[in-house]
Amino acid sequence: MNEVKAGTWVEVEKILLTPEQRAPQVPEDTRHTPYVMRVAGFLTADSLYGTEVTVKTLSGRMVTGNLKVIHPHYTHSFGDTVEELLTIGIGGEI
Amino acid sequence: MTRDNSYQAVMARKNEIMKSSMGLDYETYRQGELAFDYERMMNDCGFTLEDIIRIQSETKVGNTPMFELHNLTAAVRKISAPGKGARIFVKDEAANASGSFKARRASISAYVAAQKGYKGVIAATSGNYGAAVASQAAQRGLKCIIVQEVFDSKGIGQPEIVEKGRKCEAFGAEVIKLSVGPELFYYLLLTLEETGFFNASLYTPFGIKGVESLGYELANQIRSMTGKDPDAVMITHAGGGNLTGTARGMLAAGCNAQVIACSVDLSGLHMASDRDFNRKSFTTGHTGFGVPFATWPDRTDVPRNAARSMRYMDDYILVNQGEVFYVTELLAKLEGIERGPAGNTSLTGAVSLAREMDADKIIVVQETEYTGAGKHHNSQLSFAQKMGIEVRRGNPEEGVNGKSIVIPERLAQVKGHRQDMEKLRLSYLKNAAKQLDPAKWSDIDRAFVAADVKKDLKWLDQALKQI
Repeated sequence: MNEVKAGTWVEVEKILLTPEQRAPQVPEDTRHTPYVMRVAGFLTADSLYGTEVTVKTLSGRMVTGNLKVIHPHYTHSFGDTVEELLTIGIGGEI
Repeated sequence: MTRDNSYQAVMARKNEIMKSSMGLDYETYRQGELAFDYERMMNDCGFTLEDIIRIQSETKVGNTPMFELHNLTAAVRKISAPGKGARIFVKDEAANASGSFKARRASISAYVAAQKGYKGVIAATSGNYGAAVASQAAQRGLKCIIVQEVFDSKGIGQPEIVEKGRKCEAFGAEVIKLSVGPELFYYLLLTLEETGFFNASLYTPFGIKGVESLGYELANQIRSMTGKDPDAVMITHAGGGNLTGTARGMLAAGCNAQVIACSVDLSGLHMASDRDFNRKSFTTGHTGFGVPFATWPDRTDVPRNAARSMRYMDDYILVNQGEVFYVTELLAKLEGIERGPAGNTSLTGAVSLAREMDADKIIVVQETEYTGAGKHHNSQLSFAQKMGIEVRRGNPEEGVNGKSIVIPERLAQVKGHRQDMEKLRLSYLKNAAKQLDPAKWSDIDRAFVAADVKKDLKWLDQALKQI
């Protein structure tokens, strides 16, 4: 169930530092959170979603982490309508 | 044997990792406890300005257009006192390979890495520099890793940084995405150690030398377009490399125009705060970097920072988020070009300063950057609203960072305000005094400190009494 084939483009997540291991200068609100890394790569073996897997990254590194996203992609956009901008520059600003 | 990869252990190995990842021994430039031979360090990289321009022309960097913004200048004159309203020019740095001036900064590092036989390059940055390194590495046949601070503890990525990461991947780079925190440098060090790649740091002499061509081109373009030198050059300021490199290039061209820094005022927000991370609409070019780097440059991933902005800075203008969004929209509607936040920060500073200058004077905005999904001001404002920030039109001075963004109703409300230069210099001195008690400074340390804030020994003696 939920098996992901070797060679699939995926994103893994790894906790690099637990809250206790973080840098001493980190501010209060950040200190309570772990330091987390995400990196994408090609899955090196058939694996189950949500388990610890190894990927080969675009630079050729082998990275181990928890399989979080299958086929990671970008969804950032130009955003919703911001009416405050629409009336700028069409007269009346001088 | 496993190496100790705890935060403390890796940071303690910093110097040896840096030495092997750049082939540069900073110890040779040491002159005193504080002093080092800055000019020798800059010249030792062995490239003349002509070399830099030639290397950059191989990889689609430099020779960018200069445009006069006639319509914006006319609009500024309408709100200025009679005889006021300087001519505003902009250098369209978005025309560089990766869409920003950062291509200049990355070009020499990538060239050197290839020459020295490194297999790849690494840079730690959430800015346009990542895409620049990736683009230059692609052209030089190098592998590339970009280490970025991208998301908060809820996993939400700042849209502009997400876009910058996308662009790095578009050029074939591996992007290591990290949560909020200063441990970015810790992981950079670990990755340098693991791969043996070249550290394409923003703050090496290579990075800063690469920007000198910008200042040089700028001076010559204005001369050929107007028959005279510019009077002021407005430079978006964060880590200090843009300002330092541009100013050095202008000096190489014999141009003594005023060098004016400009940053978005983000006072009240903490740069390493998980909460504040997604409550700011500007990811760089702001006071969160601009002030600490000006008042103590040696806080980076290299032992001595080649970007020393206070050596060259004559004045410093702060603008707020709402003002920049307004001017960004005006640039599109009046001048017919859409550009990204970095250059529009200095453009906003230039609009506010042009009003004070005589109409026959010339002010140059020395960069633009590309815009698009995530970077676009509409994208930033829409995201801010989703993060609970109030967005409205009104007096921009009423905006409270992290709570509200007030976009001007009229051009006359774009005013900016001056950062107190003397206060910045004293702040630098206080930081220097933390390194070593001023009573113990040698003559060479004293001369270095004075030069580092563009002042003389007489000023230094007076100033030391005030800290």
